[in-house]
Amino acid sequence: MPKLKFGIIVFPGSNCDHDAHYAAGTIMGQDARFIWHKDSSLGDVDVVIIPGGFSYGDYLRCGAIARFSPIMKDVVRFAGMGGTVLGICNGFQILTEAGLLPGTLLRNASLKFVCKDVFLKVENSDTRFTGACKAGGVLRIPIAHGDGNYFADAETRARLEENGHIVFRYCSPGGEITAEANPNGSQGNIAGIVNEAGNVLGMMPHPERACDPILGNTDGQRIFKSVMGSFVIQEVVHNLS
Amino acid sequence: MKSSIEIVEPAVNLQLALEHGLTEEEYEKILDILGRVPTYTELGIYSVMWSEHCSYKNSIAVLKTLPRIGGKLLVEAGEENAGLVDIGDNLAVAFKIESHNHPSAVEPYQGAATGVGGIMRDVFTMGARPVACLNSLRFGDISDARVQYLFKNVVRGIGDYGNSFGVPTVGGEVYFERCYRDNPLVNAMAVGVVKHGEVARAVAAGVGNPVLIVGSATGRDGIHGATFASEEISNRSEAKRPSVQVGDPFTEKLLLEATLEAIKTGYVVGIQDMGAAGLTCSSAEMSARGTVGMDLHLDGIPIRELEMSSYEIMLSESQERMLVIAQHEHEQKVINIFKKWDLPAVVIGHVKDGPLVSVYHNGELKAEVPAPSLVLGEGAPVYIREEREPQYLKRIRSFNPGSLSAPKNYGKILRELLSRPNIGSKRWVYEQYDSMVRTNSVSVAGGDAAVIRIKGTRKAISLSTDCNSRYVYLNPRRGAQIAVAESARNVVCTGASPVGITNCLNFGNPYDPEVYWQFREAVAGIGDACRVLGTPVTGGNVSFYNESPEHAVFPTPVIGMVGLIEDAQLVMTIPFKRSGDVIILIGINKGEIGGSEYLMTRVGDVLGDAPELDLVREKAVDDLCLQLIRQGLIASAHDVSEGGIGVCLAECCISAENGTGAYINESVFSGMRKDFWLFGESQSMVVVSCRKSVAARIEEMAGRANVPLQILGRTTDDGLITIEGSLRESVDELTNAYEKAMTAVMGESASSGLFSSTNTT
Repeated sequence: MPKLKFGIIVFPGSNCDHDAHYAAGTIMGQDARFIWHKDSSLGDVDVVIIPGGFSYGDYLRCGAIARFSPIMKDVVRFAGMGGTVLGICNGFQILTEAGLLPGTLLRNASLKFVCKDVFLKVENSDTRFTGACKAGGVLRIPIAHGDGNYFADAETRARLEENGHIVFRYCSPGGEITAEANPNGSQGNIAGIVNEAGNVLGMMPHPERACDPILGNTDGQRIFKSVMGSFVIQEVVHNLS
Repeated sequence: MKSSIEIVEPAVNLQLALEHGLTEEEYEKILDILGRVPTYTELGIYSVMWSEHCSYKNSIAVLKTLPRIGGKLLVEAGEENAGLVDIGDNLAVAFKIESHNHPSAVEPYQGAATGVGGIMRDVFTMGARPVACLNSLRFGDISDARVQYLFKNVVRGIGDYGNSFGVPTVGGEVYFERCYRDNPLVNAMAVGVVKHGEVARAVAAGVGNPVLIVGSATGRDGIHGATFASEEISNRSEAKRPSVQVGDPFTEKLLLEATLEAIKTGYVVGIQDMGAAGLTCSSAEMSARGTVGMDLHLDGIPIRELEMSSYEIMLSESQERMLVIAQHEHEQKVINIFKKWDLPAVVIGHVKDGPLVSVYHNGELKAEVPAPSLVLGEGAPVYIREEREPQYLKRIRSFNPGSLSAPKNYGKILRELLSRPNIGSKRWVYEQYDSMVRTNSVSVAGGDAAVIRIKGTRKAISLSTDCNSRYVYLNPRRGAQIAVAESARNVVCTGASPVGITNCLNFGNPYDPEVYWQFREAVAGIGDACRVLGTPVTGGNVSFYNESPEHAVFPTPVIGMVGLIEDAQLVMTIPFKRSGDVIILIGINKGEIGGSEYLMTRVGDVLGDAPELDLVREKAVDDLCLQLIRQGLIASAHDVSEGGIGVCLAECCISAENGTGAYINESVFSGMRKDFWLFGESQSMVVVSCRKSVAARIEEMAGRANVPLQILGRTTDDGLITIEGSLRESVDELTNAYEKAMTAVMGESASSGLFSSTNTT
């Protein structure tokens, strides 16, 4: 199978763009490229990553200014066509601001930035981002954010729950969803969600930080492998039809 | 005068010069240099450039005694914005530590934030991409409400700046000691990596080359910040709050990316960060280094406040700005890069022959001064101050350790030591810092030193900051030697060879003969240790006037050490790895309790003498440890420091997080007082663990290296630390004490689940 083309959007203030590039390119061996936020077209890419960081300094509100960058129009178009979009941390915040994902990310309940490894329960392994994960399995992935406290109105949340759009929840090392395991106060321990069509994922934890064996943890590779696997399936389906 | 509002400048005379912090002698010297009365702007320029902060006038003569060349050093200390050491693979590491004590004392959040910003700029102006940040922090007693306020906001300031900027904060130290109550110490260290061919220089060159100001607009913030840093903290300091700059990490991030991109074009002749004394210092230092002059036209500078005078523009310490010398006729390419990043870049003058920096504003020549007359090492004053051995030494040295009663319950002491904020877990602090961004953090937070791998190579660097200021207070020379030795030992324990240091020398008022004596002794001690350990001084920072109305802070020469690991796969860590391993002490335990945390818990004072230190023995211990690590003979290594072997063993078990315990034989005491053996802080000691099968070989290697060694016992799977005949404690309980050391006072850590249900619907 040819290499997948990962396009990583660079906003002013993005600071996990290099990390996403390294994970997708150097570690996973795919074709990774940066896309400047002032560009109007994504170009020829298979997967869009909106990386972590502090786009526009997180001034005004996390992600609120970035969503107006010229490239976001094409990201919305790409997502609308069913393209694969992965928003990590600040990327998740930008996706909610852009209306590609429901809900919002509030200030952490502790009112403090928090950086540490957390455990994630894979609530739905039937998405293009989690196909290589065991259903109900547990991943260890780091978080690093000040605004990761997921909030949505009751109706939205019920819809997310019913449709299996909650992909990851913060959990104990053994996989229990507990208050102690919730690092930021998110409703229902929500750590990551997909949109209705299942092609846009937003997650607060950083899978790109858990890919390189030298750093002692490769659980994040599961997400990349899942995405890569989904293209193999698409290709097979395409060839069969 | 073209401006719509006429700015009335005060008449310059001796009185005004004195108000600017200059002495009468210095004012006379200015009259001599210029052959006339300086203009108001010129007076401002001299006053900041000859302030302690910029001129090092009371320290430079002593600093010159340090070993500042050799080893892997690529530039001599003080030559560039930061130090530079070679790490092979055509790469070099740029690093430096700097203080932001005074701003942090009055405005802790911004003071600490801009401290981080300033030191980052020093590194990336060299063309190096910052890869790590460390902090060395000191506050008063943590139970004091004002101390908690300072501590909380300093940590938040460091976090908010570094996290947004996107450089991991990977290590450092936090101490609490009464003497820092009014005058906390906030020292930040930045480390970057640069390719040999892409190192940028802080030099102006090429007559006719354009001079550009890039980055943020210039405002009135921070005017006379350098002068403020050169006086004691007092009840008037609160009024200096406007001297504290305001940081903008977002703009700094843009400046970083734009600067590195611009340097890569090859059209940047020279570049310097605008830190203390802003445009004045950068233009003067760059001109002096290049033995050229500059014409500067202030009218083109983007300003953020109306009607700024030339005096204010020259002295502004607005953050996130750089002075750039571009190649003539290629400046547009440089400007375009900054434009891409939405940053102003404006030509404000050009390089010219001769030594004069000429400043024009509103069509008038506002200042014209010979650059060399302003800078340290040339025209700036150099003083050697009067010194006297401090009175207090007699009192503290008369302490007799034997007078201390023997304790009854050793386990209780161990628990108490682990629950002291100086020893216990710093999780409350480091979880607020992004320690992982850039995905190079092999081992950070809680190790002896932080390990950062270098992408594209097999290598890693190991970073540590260290200073036990109690030892320096008790014995400045030896205490400073210990600071260097311990920082070296820390990187050694991760498997790194020490390659160089940067230092941040925090002292009281140098005009106090006792403080000056401490300073000179401590610098001598750093020099002693660096020479034996082969770690040249690459540069650093001196911060005097760290005093409150009652007293000076303990002399605190913080050492920032960089070590090199050739193979990142061989990184060593603290935790015991499995039960049944042999626990070995490398080095010799003399049971010294002078200045120890144990003594503080017993008598509430810092007394005695600093522990002995034999630098040759230290080097032998370090070399042996490195051999053991590189040959794969040991499973863990942890340096013995505050709290002694007792605390060291506990930390090896606590960090294992799997119930691994330790059983120590009673024979280890060999007649020594048990509390002294357990909690004394003798130097040059490392606790390692290894498989039974290699213990004999390790003994043999130590014998050949002439390093003393003692078998302490073995690791266990019973979740207990047992010291035969003295104590038996559950590791879980010790962990509990250790983890609560800070949260008991500061509240739960950032990620505590206790907040989780606040907005669940």
